[in-house]
Amino acid sequence: MTVSTTPAAITVRGLRKSFGPVEVLKGIDMEAREGEVVSILGSSGSGKSTMLRCINMLETPDAGEITVAGEAIKLAPAGAGKSKIADRKQVERIRSELGMVFQSFNLWSHKTVLENVMEAPLHVQKRSRAECLEEAEALLAKVGIADKRNHYPAHLSGGQQQRAAIARALAMRPKVMLFDEPTSALDPELVGEVLRVMRALAEEGRTMLVVTHEMGFARDVSSRVIFLHQGAIEEEGRPQDMFTNARSERFRKFISG
Amino acid sequence: MDILFLWETFLSLITALPLTLQLAASAIVLGAFLALGLALCRLSGILPLDWFARAYIFAFRGTPLLVQIFLIYYGLSQFRGLRQTILWSVLREPYWCAVIALMLNTAAYSSEIIRGGLLSVPFGQVEAARACGMSRFMTFRRITLPLAIRQALPGYSNEMISMVKATSLASIITIMEVTGVAARIISETYRAIEVFIVAGAIYLAINFILTQLVAFAEYRLSPHLRQPAALPTTSTGAA
Repeated sequence: MTVSTTPAAITVRGLRKSFGPVEVLKGIDMEAREGEVVSILGSSGSGKSTMLRCINMLETPDAGEITVAGEAIKLAPAGAGKSKIADRKQVERIRSELGMVFQSFNLWSHKTVLENVMEAPLHVQKRSRAECLEEAEALLAKVGIADKRNHYPAHLSGGQQQRAAIARALAMRPKVMLFDEPTSALDPELVGEVLRVMRALAEEGRTMLVVTHEMGFARDVSSRVIFLHQGAIEEEGRPQDMFTNARSERFRKFISG
Repeated sequence: MDILFLWETFLSLITALPLTLQLAASAIVLGAFLALGLALCRLSGILPLDWFARAYIFAFRGTPLLVQIFLIYYGLSQFRGLRQTILWSVLREPYWCAVIALMLNTAAYSSEIIRGGLLSVPFGQVEAARACGMSRFMTFRRITLPLAIRQALPGYSNEMISMVKATSLASIITIMEVTGVAARIISETYRAIEVFIVAGAIYLAINFILTQLVAFAEYRLSPHLRQPAALPTTSTGAA
């Protein structure tokens, strides 16, 4: 495979995270190389969303190291086995290089679709308005909702909202796209339109980490699949191997439903 | 009814209208900033700040505004030390005592309204802002506060109306706003009913206009809550 020779976009080493007495992540090691599409699978409670949210520090890891494009995120000990963000500016900069797509879209309800897409490039990255506008319109066309640009999120269907959220994440020209169960909150008939957009992004060679329950997407689109079970990586590999010839009994059970 | 007397009373009272409006506007604007600060103290998670704000709100909501005005106007002047400070040049003016009392009072009520607004902001939208790399201050300024204001505005308009009416208490400390002038006319004419009817009508008119302004602001701020039919149609070069 060609991607195995590209540099690492994201590296996770020894990632641990507990919520109260519950240990959600028990030492995760993983890597996503540039151009890879990594699907993260696992039953609910396996820690897959928490892992993704630790990468852009929406959750602060207790221990471990996250490296984004070669730069390790600085953490400082916070006592009682916890850590805290050591350099807020660094985290803010790294977040602006990662595009996050949420299960519940989380579009800003008081802004139009176009304003949502332009917000971060304009105010966080401080790019010129003309450039942001041009790029935002192109992105909205790309995800197929250019005609909704002046609508507010509440006036869109779930699928349209999620496509707007993808455009918003892309507008920051991210190095890596993080998807946290992007289709789990959608009606079944709306899942397809979002997956089509994600598939197109994968075909462009974008680096993507996708927490999902969509087995079809994981099997057909991703270059690698990671299966989490109770906060640890149970198995990982190429989808063609995993889906036909998994070593893990649990993963075989998981995909057979 | 003596129409001529009502008209003359109206002409006298209307001269005091600017002072009433000035008192109300200063108290509301200054109070809003203080209220925001108090609401942030309550939500800061820092115990001393939280308890300070709680105690403040408890004291100012739990005592009559009239008592607060008296305490500031008559009470503070008892402290000889204070009379030697620069603060005294402000606190010896009844006008500023009234503004300060009204401001401190409205801040206590408004801070709870603002806190409610801040708490109503969906956490996911805040998280989306953070995920974009916004700093905490930018997230607050561009996402949290605008959403909170939209939520708090209907409740806050109540407080603004209360403040307009509360300015009438300033007449007690010699300020000649609408009620102060009304009281003077009554002491000269003994025609309480007519004078207070005109005074009441003036407050009613102020609050009518205020209500309309708030409704207009609310309308302008909430296109996202209306039907999309009201939106401008998308025409320019849809790709």
